[in-house]
Amino acid sequence: MRSAGPAGLSLVTAVATAAVLAAVSGCTEKGAGDDDRVVTVTATDDSCEVSTKEFPAGHVELAIENKGSKVTEVYILFPDDRVVTERENIGPGTKQRVTAEVKPGDYRIACKPGMRGKGIRQDVRATGGKAAQRDPRLDKAVAAYRAYVQAQADETLPKAREFAKAVEDGDVEAAKKAYAPSRIGWERTEPVAESFGDIDPKVDVREDGLEDGQDPATDWTGWHRLEKALWQDGKIGDREKELAGRLITDLEDWQKRVGTADITPTSMANGAKELLDEVATGKVTGEEERYSHTDLVDFKANVEGAETSYALLQPVARENDPALVKELDRQFAALGTLLDRYRPDTTSYDFVSYDKVGKADRKELSDAVNALAEPLSRLAAAVAK
Amino acid sequence: MTESTSQAPSRRSLLGWGGAGLALGAAAAGGAAAVARTGDEPRSDAGAAVEFHGPHQAGIATPVQDRLHFAAFDVTTEDRAAFVELLKEWTVAARRMTAGRAVGDGAYGGPAEAPPDDTGEALGLKPSRLTLTVGFGPSLFGRFGLAGQRPDALVELPKFAGDNLDRDRSGGDLCVQACADDPQVAVHAIRNLARIGFGRVVVRWSQLGFGKTSSTTPDAQTPRNLFGFKDGTRNISGTEKDRLEKFVWAGEKDGPAWMAGGSYLVARRIRMHIETWDRTSLQEQEDIFGRDKGEGAPVGKAKERDEPFLKAMKPDAHVRLAHPDTNAGATILRRGYSFTDGTDGLGRLDAGLFFLAFQRDPRTGFIPIQRSLARDSLNEYIQHVGSAVFAVPPGVRDQDDWWGRTLFSEEA
Repeated sequence: MRSAGPAGLSLVTAVATAAVLAAVSGCTEKGAGDDDRVVTVTATDDSCEVSTKEFPAGHVELAIENKGSKVTEVYILFPDDRVVTERENIGPGTKQRVTAEVKPGDYRIACKPGMRGKGIRQDVRATGGKAAQRDPRLDKAVAAYRAYVQAQADETLPKAREFAKAVEDGDVEAAKKAYAPSRIGWERTEPVAESFGDIDPKVDVREDGLEDGQDPATDWTGWHRLEKALWQDGKIGDREKELAGRLITDLEDWQKRVGTADITPTSMANGAKELLDEVATGKVTGEEERYSHTDLVDFKANVEGAETSYALLQPVARENDPALVKELDRQFAALGTLLDRYRPDTTSYDFVSYDKVGKADRKELSDAVNALAEPLSRLAAAVAK
Repeated sequence: MTESTSQAPSRRSLLGWGGAGLALGAAAAGGAAAVARTGDEPRSDAGAAVEFHGPHQAGIATPVQDRLHFAAFDVTTEDRAAFVELLKEWTVAARRMTAGRAVGDGAYGGPAEAPPDDTGEALGLKPSRLTLTVGFGPSLFGRFGLAGQRPDALVELPKFAGDNLDRDRSGGDLCVQACADDPQVAVHAIRNLARIGFGRVVVRWSQLGFGKTSSTTPDAQTPRNLFGFKDGTRNISGTEKDRLEKFVWAGEKDGPAWMAGGSYLVARRIRMHIETWDRTSLQEQEDIFGRDKGEGAPVGKAKERDEPFLKAMKPDAHVRLAHPDTNAGATILRRGYSFTDGTDGLGRLDAGLFFLAFQRDPRTGFIPIQRSLARDSLNEYIQHVGSAVFAVPPGVRDQDDWWGRTLFSEEA
């Protein structure tokens, strides 16, 4: 059942509301004893200086001065990037004051010159009382998920090298066989992989995904370029061999950087939903693997990745929204059972070729994806409570 | 007919009633302007809310709204309790939406991490006389141990001459008819109910209707269909209590008990061969319908509402074959809408009539009439391509009641 009522009000909303109220009423001068509650933030085009990195929890006021040449924004953020409070449109040479109510704990103050990007950040701490740390189970979940993401990259590289070697050897059949398995780790963790905006377009773009001005002959690289060569053209030339090598270089870059990805409980939950979005828009339609028809392998990998995120968040989600957890358990199981009908051996990733899956069966898969994706879209709120 | 007021005629009026004298204004303006409209429907404020609760579901005898979004659903859950829960959730959402309110916690202001409960596209729009009407298809009674509750009147429709039914546009375990004066309000309602239904029901097919082709309001102008004709002049009106009781509402003695106050809905997607029709001479068009095109008067008569003299019409004229006198008194309440779903790839409009008819029993309503129409000369220009039949349960009585309670409580 769709959650309703004020019980659904999240911490973020509550804190932000408090901040807004404080801001509205916060025009009066503070007494002398409140000086340590004022943090001076000096923003320039390339720096974000704070007068103190520790302040007492409770009422805090940021006295912001933009000494740069660009319009800037200043945020107080939770460690997982949720916004405590923010002030936008701070013009060059102007001063602004922002107030917030903060619980004890770690925060970041971020300046965004030009109001773009992640901003220049300073770690700060609100002291006193018991630190309002994030639920340690969520920290554990994030850590476990980070390890999972790294493991997927680590396990992908040998499989990708096997694929690349077959291409470099000019062995079309061996390359076809190694193609889908080489993609499983990537597909399981696609939202994290995609967060590195420069890697995804190199390794996983489809021909229709090229940007204006990009020439498919010279600018199209990665798995799907090779997929087309193997299945549609049925031959491997010098260009394909070169691209196989480049795929490995790009995947090594991913393997090296994936451990630094910004991961929060919220992004894990949203990532799980995004994996189902991937299935709904790319796999169910057969667009993703239009030459190899190995869509069901990607489909399975996407669902596995989503289920991993979910399983790690489940203990907290169960406390906050038991009905949601029950529904997610049910729908993950139903989709898993349905997918198993398309592989003779449930321990293998040899799935039925998707061009052999008829319209009615595709609709059934689509229905099962919708049945899971709708409740999954509410997981983030259930862990952010 | 007077053309009064300074307001521009509404698009609806222009489209719907053509040269018959323009009824002006209020529909498009949201209904606030009280305009002297001869021949127009004395309908209530086009922006107002229609009462959701009552002994019968709204959307049957309710004055026909301008727009339709109709959806048939299939059940995907095996869990009876989950399905009952869905009907309750749908009822709550429908109660809110028909009152012009958003679903659940609304479209904004909720937790930032969660998608909003309501999809938002109806924010700021009036209730627009939205009605939501639920029906149960024959296939539903193959589930949840309901077989013993299936009404005898809920028969699968027989195959009629000329039927070319598309399976993907036919049938369904249940349906929701959304009618409103604003198309976005109707679409919003179906979209949100479909969203609430994920995991329990899925949309099997759906149909938009852009213009009503029937009226259930006495003295109203009969809207024209896409052939340009008035049809269904003698439709049952929402105020004719005796005819409603006799021909539309399932009575207590009809059985089963859970259907008392309900009705039966026949939906037919009727493709019209617009292009060939438009090349047909006026004389032939009028002969086919048995009416004149301008006034809508039956053959040999002067006014639309003059009692038709059937024998003056060609033996295969549409009005003659559809008339109660030809069909042992069979009478149905029509509530159909014109549709145009783009083009068919051959340069022709995929257009026609989405026929909706409510009746006390299809076996004495739609079925004999449609059998009679096997000889209809109109058949050269139309083809039935979709079909469905539903048992429409009685109305939701009050705040604690829910769609289908009489069926699911009685059986439980």
